[in-house]
Amino acid sequence: MWKTILRRVILMIPQIIILSMFIFALAKAMPGDPFTGLITPNTDPNRIEELREEAGLNDPWPTQYVNWVKKAVKGDFGVSYVKKMPVSRVIADKAVNTIWLSTFALILTYAIALPFGMLAGRYQNSFFDRFVVAYNYISFAVPPFVLSLLMMYAFGYKLAWFPTNGSGTVGIPHGTLEFYVDKFQHIILPAITQALLATAVTIQYLRTEVIDSKGLDYVKTARSKGVPEGKVYTRHIFRNASLPVASTFGYEITGLIGGSIFIETIFGYPGIGKLFIDSLNGRDYSVITALVLILGIATLVGTLLSDIILSIVDPRIRIQ
Amino acid sequence: MAEVTPSEKQQLSESTVPMGFNVIVREFKKDKVAISSLVIIIVLLSIAFIGSAIIDTRELMKVDILNQYANPSSQHWLGTDISGRDVFGELIVGAKNSILIGFSITIITSIVGVSVGIISGYYGGIVDNILMRIVDFVMILPMQMLIIVFVTIIPKYNIFSFVTIMSAFYWVGKARLFRSKTLSEGRKDYVSASKTLGTGDIKIMFREVMPNLSSLIITNLTINFAANIGIETGLSFLGFGLPSDVPSLGTLIGFAKDSDVLVNKTWVWLPASLFVLIMMLSINYVGQALGRSADAKQRLG
Repeated sequence: MWKTILRRVILMIPQIIILSMFIFALAKAMPGDPFTGLITPNTDPNRIEELREEAGLNDPWPTQYVNWVKKAVKGDFGVSYVKKMPVSRVIADKAVNTIWLSTFALILTYAIALPFGMLAGRYQNSFFDRFVVAYNYISFAVPPFVLSLLMMYAFGYKLAWFPTNGSGTVGIPHGTLEFYVDKFQHIILPAITQALLATAVTIQYLRTEVIDSKGLDYVKTARSKGVPEGKVYTRHIFRNASLPVASTFGYEITGLIGGSIFIETIFGYPGIGKLFIDSLNGRDYSVITALVLILGIATLVGTLLSDIILSIVDPRIRIQ
Repeated sequence: MAEVTPSEKQQLSESTVPMGFNVIVREFKKDKVAISSLVIIIVLLSIAFIGSAIIDTRELMKVDILNQYANPSSQHWLGTDISGRDVFGELIVGAKNSILIGFSITIITSIVGVSVGIISGYYGGIVDNILMRIVDFVMILPMQMLIIVFVTIIPKYNIFSFVTIMSAFYWVGKARLFRSKTLSEGRKDYVSASKTLGTGDIKIMFREVMPNLSSLIITNLTINFAANIGIETGLSFLGFGLPSDVPSLGTLIGFAKDSDVLVNKTWVWLPASLFVLIMMLSINYVGQALGRSADAKQRLG
């Protein structure tokens, strides 16, 4: 088991190196450097040049790359040109919001997808199954921004059940019960939207697996032992059918950090996705570079986790 | 051997397994929703293409600030947008643009993805290793973010660069899919037989293996076409898709990022949203029906 994980981690090292080089090259291709934001009509061009020299921006590329990596490992991504704050702090602030939203959305996703997938598979071709298949087909095909806008229009504005902007009302003191209730109210509509969009894959996998498992030997054995029909599904079939679902769980964790650009932009939720779009509009390149690097590594780790989870739940696929 | 009478001949030909295009026709005849989806797609496509042939794009994109956000009327069927442009005209031309771009990205990524996949799966060994390492690397990139970054930093940005950027990222999934299919296809007897006869590699790959993957390619192409329209409109919606002087469904929907437009000026964004939604639902349904007809186990008839 540990051998598998170790081997998989070692495989990741060259990927991280290539990824970092790629993003470094991308950062160099972006216009401006950390001092562009300081230039005003009164700035002495020689002074800027001196600052650039001091910061090592005139060094050869390999030296610059090594220095950049050294800093990035320590979590130092420079200063945001727009917010005049360390990039790591800007990102950490927004990451908290995104993690709240995505965690809630993830819980909702499984709360919808697991019963839907299991029951639709169990009662194949029933009315409920047809409903689930239709629901699944729509949730797979609908573009995220169209669904978000419709949800926002209907529940945020027309019915006015939920607040339509931000992650909390300004002025409520931290830590009080009111504060958390308010935060929850802001999260619930974007979370439902995100969950509705995310259920398709899980439901599809579960339903197909359950239908395929019905006639297998181990299920027949369980039945002939006299296991009640309900338990055959919840215990025996569920365990096997959840294998492919478990393997996608690692990718979900990447989503926890990355959030959804569309949902955060439309619901005005101040998370990582919205930070990315705002930074692009404000040409805040140090933040953009840091975000792409962090998300790239998160994707790598997500893939790694998926592989590890799969090798834990399904011993057959462990690398020898 | 006994003579085969004409009636027996007819019986024989009737009992043969339906192949290729016939299977698809049979499947669609059994599936009313698939037929209606197909009709909807054809109607929407003709509206978009015939309409934009009539509409003068330059006249349409003229700014008429006095007419800003005019209500729907007999002159402007769906009202006007922030610059006083006719929303109905923008919807038609935008739909044509979104469809054309979605289509070109689908074709480019399919040609590259399918070729790389078949070459990789057919040759195996070093070729496969090198190609798949490239694919693996692109797969782990945060694509959506990188596309947006490229769109912002590329100088002299136009439709052509947009299609290139998108295609550069989205061929990899296909390459991986078709590699695994070619791997299993390449082990079959007909390939070995053809090799023994001395057929060239290229001929085996593209004249013999590829036709056997055609139903998968068609299904994949259809569902991808819908996905690419979604990606293009999504990026244009965020403001990182088509250049702002080119009408797109995404740009129209993007006006709804302003809450005043979202609530009070639904004529700007709702028709375009519904157009995208109906288009996506229909294309996806047709794609799934094609997929079912390719898989004998799932066929309806």
